[in-house]
Order: sequence, then C-alpha cells, then structure tokens
Amino acid sequence: MTRVRAEILSTRRLGSYQSLTLVAPEIAERARPGQFVAVAMPDDRAFLLRRHLTIHQSSRRGGWAGTLEFVVDPAAGPGTAWLSDVRAHGFLDVIGPLGTPFSYPKRLTNCLLIGEGRSVAGLYFLAQELVARGKRVDMVIGGSTLDAVFKPIEAKRLSQLVTVVTGDGTLGETGTVIDAVAPALDRAPIEVVYAAGNVALLSAVAEICRARTLPAQVAVEERMGCGYGLCGTCAVPVASKDGATWGHARACVDGPVFNPARVVWDRWPAAGAPAVMPEVGR
Amino acid sequence: MTAARRSIGVDLAGVPLATPVLIASGCGGTGKELLGLVELRRVGGIVSRTITAEPSGGSAPPRIVESAAGIVWDTGLQNPGVDAFVAGELPALAAASQTVFVSIGGATLEDYVRITGVLQGRDGVAAIEVHLSGPDRELDRPVLGAHADRVTEVVGAVARMSLVPVFAKLPGGTDVVSLAIAAARAGASGLTLCASPPALAIDRVGTRPALGAAVGWLSGPALKPLMLRAIAEVHRALPKMPLVASGGIRSGEDAVEAMLAGASAVQVGVATLVDPTAPVTIAKGIVSELQRRAIDSPAALRGAVTIGDRAPAPEEQRA
Repeated sequence: MTRVRAEILSTRRLGSYQSLTLVAPEIAERARPGQFVAVAMPDDRAFLLRRHLTIHQSSRRGGWAGTLEFVVDPAAGPGTAWLSDVRAHGFLDVIGPLGTPFSYPKRLTNCLLIGEGRSVAGLYFLAQELVARGKRVDMVIGGSTLDAVFKPIEAKRLSQLVTVVTGDGTLGETGTVIDAVAPALDRAPIEVVYAAGNVALLSAVAEICRARTLPAQVAVEERMGCGYGLCGTCAVPVASKDGATWGHARACVDGPVFNPARVVWDRWPAAGAPAVMPEVGR
Repeated sequence: MTAARRSIGVDLAGVPLATPVLIASGCGGTGKELLGLVELRRVGGIVSRTITAEPSGGSAPPRIVESAAGIVWDTGLQNPGVDAFVAGELPALAAASQTVFVSIGGATLEDYVRITGVLQGRDGVAAIEVHLSGPDRELDRPVLGAHADRVTEVVGAVARMSLVPVFAKLPGGTDVVSLAIAAARAGASGLTLCASPPALAIDRVGTRPALGAAVGWLSGPALKPLMLRAIAEVHRALPKMPLVASGGIRSGEDAVEAMLAGASAVQVGVATLVDPTAPVTIAKGIVSELQRRAIDSPAALRGAVTIGDRAPAPEEQRA
C-alpha cells in the first residue's frame, strides 16, 4: 500500500458512469483484481472521508504502463459527483492498492463472473487475468437500464458466453442479474464463480453456489471509514474457521474478497437493501 | 536551525509525549495497519480502541455514515477482550508506537476493575483512558459517564488500582464541569474532552436508521466548537488539570485553538482515517505557531484564551 499524488491522465463518460485514468505506477504495478484505492476528497468540503473505488484496470505493461483506472457513479453522492467533474491533468491523493484480491483457480478452468451496475468494473480486470492464465470466462452483467450496464462490449470481447440483463429490457434480457445466474450455470460447465455487488446479489449467488457445491469468491461492498483497517467500521459477518461461531471481519483488510460460504448472510442486515449502493463504501 | 529543532514534547500528567498529538481511540488500528502510512515515532502516541472485559463482536453493519463535516458511526466497541488484547494487540501497538494509551470500557464497575487488574503493571501501557459512554448495566442508565456519581465510582476505582496515569474521557454537554470535577476528585490524572455525542442518521429511502445499531455517535470537524467550549469551561474550573482535546481537530490551527482554550495535548481521530499523516502534519502546524509567536513550548499557549471571569464555585476551587 502506497500513498501517491496521482495525475489524472483522462476522464471520460461511459453510460451513466465516469471513468478516471490516473498515472500511479507505484500502485498500478502491484494492483490485483478485486483490490481498491482510497481517494481523498478536497479539504474545503463538508464531506470528509476518502472514496473507496474498485480498480477497473491496472496496466503494468505496454503504452499505458503505470496507469490505473477506476469508475464512479456520479449519482451516488457528493464525493463521486465531485470526482466525476475533476479535469484531466489535475491531481488526486490516492492510497492503494488496498484489500485482499481475488485468487485464481489453479486446476479449474471454467469461470463465471457476475456483477451488477458499477460493480462490474472490477470484473474486467479479473477477466483479463483469468484469460491470460488460459481460463475460460463467461459473464453475467446487468443494470437498471442500458446506460447502467458497464461496458457490455468489453464483456463480449473478454468472455465466451455473456448474459446481459436490464431491469427495463433496453439491453439484453429483461430481469435481474440474480435471475440470470442459474441459466448461465446450466449453459456451460462452470467450475468457479466470481461475483461483485451488493449484499442482495452476493447472498443470492452464495446460495446458488452452495446448492450446486461450486467454489466461489465474492467482492463485498460495505461502507468504509478509512479503507486500511484503522476504524473497524466496514464490518462483514463471517463464520469462524471451524464454523462454530461468527464475528465481524473488516471488508477493507480481511476482504473485500471473501469466500461466500463463510459469510453469515442472514447476520448482514443490508440484505434486501435497495440495489443502489450508498457512496461511502466501495 | 534552532527553530526547526524546537521541541514540542510535552509532559502530560507524567506521560512524556514526543509531540502533543495522539491518535484517538478507535482510529489507530491494532498496531500493524499504520506501518508504511505514517512514521509513528513522529506521533505523540496511540490510544487503543476501547477494550472491554469480554470479547465484543460489535454492532451490525452499516457502522458508518457521513454527515456534514462529520461521521455518524457505531462499532459496538468491537474488540477481542482484555485478555486477548494484552496477549496480541498490546505488544503490536507498543512495538509500533512509543506511547500507548489503553482505552477501557465497561457496563459495570466490576468490568472496569477487572480490566484495570489485567493491565496493571503491564509493559507497554503508558496510560489508561476510561471510556464512559456505554450503558450502565448496574443502574440501568443509557450512558454511564453522564452521571457524576458513577464517574466518581468508576474513575476512582481505576485510578486507585492503576500504576499509570488515568485519563477520564467525558461527554461535553452542559454539565461537563461537574463531571470533570467528579473525575478530578476521584483521582483522574487528566481528562479527555469530549467523548463523541450520541447521534442519529436516517436512511430516507429505506425509511429506517442508517446504521445497523440504529443510534450512533458523531465525530469529526462538526464537533470542534463543542470541544473548544468544554475545554475552556473545564480549564477555567480546574486550571491545573491536564486536558486532552478530542473532537474535530484536523489541522495545526485547530490544535492550537484547543491549546489556547486550555488543552495540553490533542487527539486526532477522523482526520487520521482520512489522512494517516495528519497527526504529523498537525504537530508541524503547532511548531509553526510556536515559531510565529516566538515561544518555546506548547505549554505557553495553554489557556491563553479565557471565557470570562465567572468566579468558580467554592467546591470547584477545592477540586
């Protein structure tokens, strides 16, 4: 984990989202899928906390070496609205990479990646790394409407089979991402499941994977204070190793990637919460 | 060059601090997290998260919501309990920081006595800070430390048992002076002002409290004026009592204001979460102010701003 003053190389609109690319080689070189950065807000505002944003892309090689990209939803709150308006060539105070990344399967090869809304952004970084390791990637992605589906063309480029779902049917199938998971698992010999999103989505994915005895990893979104383990506010209920008891882990340092079989979903009251994640969180 | 080497070390009720800036309870992690983010030898010290007699799993998420210039939070004092704390977390904190204050909390007098007993004579404990914001299970009151009788009992018991200085962390409401006098008479070496006041954040869309615990606590810059008033009032009533300002300090200027009101040292909480180097930057800001005023020690700032000459009540003078 490093703190840098990173120049904004570019910022662009992608549907309902804003994507920012930073020059941050110290972070980019070590970033892995599932990790996040903590971006400081300006000093003169009433909103204080850093924003915790999943790394969408991190380039170690090639023309974009040393760059890092994350995605914000301008509608999520004042901090992300501010980030959506910052100009290229300005600077941001960024700490990262933070958190425990996804791990890659050694033996198994057929992976299904599931995400909704802005949470999909982190899955492309994962998909690239999986493909580079010779894995097969399928994806189920979605959003409320066409503009809320993040980079559907990128999903097609990286994966074998893609299911796109929108709430209003403006792109792909009409419905929810949760509805599309079981059909996607039936359609291909999936061996490993990865998911990113809110508690409602992840708990549903956890239940499906439990019923089918599929190994899975999920990246949770929980409101964070700091992002580096100081405050203990990003609590995730997890079972002890022997399963006898449970306690609260920290999403920022113990996660954000968890084995969904160890998360005690019914102790997580955000289950059933609205699909729009509050901004203070990942 | 002499200016750059100006020492801002202070003696806080017998605890030597390299700088008068401490990391507030619940904002310094467990000893490992800050390594690499800030040079802890340049921070006056760390106050541990609040430790209870038994392990506490803490409150349900969400545990934090932003408010204007502040955060509303509740962790439910998640901690491993005092026995696991002294076995694992305390050595890690002591390895990371020269000066560790251990924050202790409880719901009964017995809890505080038990924790103080475990901490007694333990290496790495520079001082104890008594957290009094929890519910009082014996007297069935929502906040133990809101009543002078219990402040006297609890702080008195801890102070009698402890071999290190004891700081009482008090709520900063209208009766802060009477609580401060109670703690002083009970044997507190110093006072931390203020504990976070209780607060509520509402999830309008969900039509429910925004925190899993429903009600939480307010921290952050929004508290600074509340803290300054409490420091000034208590300093007027108890001019010799060492005071540690806690609440809304995020710059050297803020820290200087707290000292002008009567604080000997400051704690930095939310600002550390946002910027782990804040405790160092704030200490530098204090040095700049000393240079500007051509004075040698932060102690010379203390209490330079007064809030009128209300004569202390006779009982306050005795304290």
